[in-house]
Amino acid sequence: MNPTAILAIYKFEMARFFRTLTQSFLSPVLSTSLYFVVFGAAIGSRIDQVDGVSYGAFIVPGLVMLSVMTQAISNASFGIYFPKFIGTIYELLSAPVNFLEIVCGYVGAAATKALFIGVVILVTSYFFVDLQIQHPLAMVAFLLLTCLSFALLGFIIGIWAGSFEQLQLVPLMVITPLVFLGGSFYSISMLPPVWQTISYFNPVVYLISGFRWSFYGLADVPIGLSLLAIGGFTLACMTVIWWIFKTGWRIRS
Amino acid sequence: MSAIVEINALRKSYADGFEALKGVTLSILDGEILALLGPNGAGKTTLISTICGIAQPTSGTVRVAGHDIIDDFRAARSLIGLVPQEVALEPFEKVINTVRFSRGLFGKPRNDAYIEEILKKLSLWDKRNNQINALSGGMKRRVLIAKALAHEPRVLFLDEPTAGVDVELRRDMWNIVDELKASGVTIILTTHYIEEAEAIADRVGVIAKGELLLVEDKATLMRQMGKKQILVHLAETLTDIPAALDRDRVELAEGGTALLYTYDTRADRTGITQLLNDVAASGLTLRDVETRQSSLEEIFVDLVKDAQEDAA
Repeated sequence: MNPTAILAIYKFEMARFFRTLTQSFLSPVLSTSLYFVVFGAAIGSRIDQVDGVSYGAFIVPGLVMLSVMTQAISNASFGIYFPKFIGTIYELLSAPVNFLEIVCGYVGAAATKALFIGVVILVTSYFFVDLQIQHPLAMVAFLLLTCLSFALLGFIIGIWAGSFEQLQLVPLMVITPLVFLGGSFYSISMLPPVWQTISYFNPVVYLISGFRWSFYGLADVPIGLSLLAIGGFTLACMTVIWWIFKTGWRIRS
Repeated sequence: MSAIVEINALRKSYADGFEALKGVTLSILDGEILALLGPNGAGKTTLISTICGIAQPTSGTVRVAGHDIIDDFRAARSLIGLVPQEVALEPFEKVINTVRFSRGLFGKPRNDAYIEEILKKLSLWDKRNNQINALSGGMKRRVLIAKALAHEPRVLFLDEPTAGVDVELRRDMWNIVDELKASGVTIILTTHYIEEAEAIADRVGVIAKGELLLVEDKATLMRQMGKKQILVHLAETLTDIPAALDRDRVELAEGGTALLYTYDTRADRTGITQLLNDVAASGLTLRDVETRQSSLEEIFVDLVKDAQEDAA
């Protein structure tokens, strides 16, 4: 292992983040506040409670997940796509580093940024609703694993993408629908039976369910299944990345 | 001198079947400046990319100071610095940070004194806190060199370092290369400017269509391959070549005030003595005599033309 190289990549990527810190900080605060105004105050006042939790509080885990997933993907995909686009990838390919070190640097930085956004949203939520965290350890574990696995997915997208359009395509066409239909703003049990069945094919359901369980002890699916899902997803992403670097797919001619 | 880079039967084919390198074998000597000359598309960049790890070789081996570039890639790549042909830099980062990043990426611990030294050497020290996109094109090329030197490589590849660069910067580049050589760095540069190879290289390799046509000491190459010309300035102005002087490879030059004779330095008899005797016998008056040696450019054009004719 080459820890100096991992740290160099990590710091270089984080520097990009710090250059736009105000933006990075303000946009999640603003969007979370908007969600609370729209879903919490306007719509939520008519929904009242879900399984004994106020609607405003109920959507917090989903909101955090929504942002963490999209941020992890966009940061990681941009992080590796940008060097490909501007040509600086030559340096990475000619450096004495292996794929694991490159992934640790890029994915680590992207996951850190997503974690930061997640924490900002959580803190912002405190100002709007009465938040309780019943299983803090599980909460942290879910948050970290989601940051990591979606940053890995973002890394794959960034390697695959051949244009900025493609870079936006997967998050927009696949991730956003899966997250919105994954129970961010409702309990799966509120759906008609057919849609409940369909929902169980959506992997995001398992993540949001598990994450919400760590807050309120409420879950759409058993917690063990949620852990298995996120673990399996992380493993799948790592396998794909290992294959990418083994074959040089889309990076090494 | 011992070899620091040993390339053996290196081949590179692309998925579409194009063979960019057709079995290149080359030893690069420790501490030399080797210029790889060749037209566009000859395989110069592919050769460098393959050695540096950007492209995967199809077959053949490359060893850098004894380390195989595949099996022992960490040791091999640690010794190599690469300055790419295209300017590719993180636009919003500061000069000094991007150079520090390069050092870290190659696994070297932070060393501000060394970074300061190379930035000063490259006249970048005053610009160290500038954003890269605020730099001129020439400055950006210097940053690329600084990045390539950040991890103290023993071998430096410069891919077309002076393509599209103004004359002044080209001179600067040559000085930088000279200094690097003096500090013990082995330098391989690709170029299609003959004058560049002629000005700074110790040895010259000529590549065309994925094959290394020759590698030769620059002086030897010019001596061996070179045709020389002698220009005989006359006091008189001639309209025709006098019969006594009419022979192969003699022509009128300078509007009839001179005779130009081309001869081969490798021939047993150059024919110079005979020519000058005949000039005197014709009653012509010599004003001056000068000789000219053909440049690398002409040698190069001949070589590439031969290779293309052979292939056809």
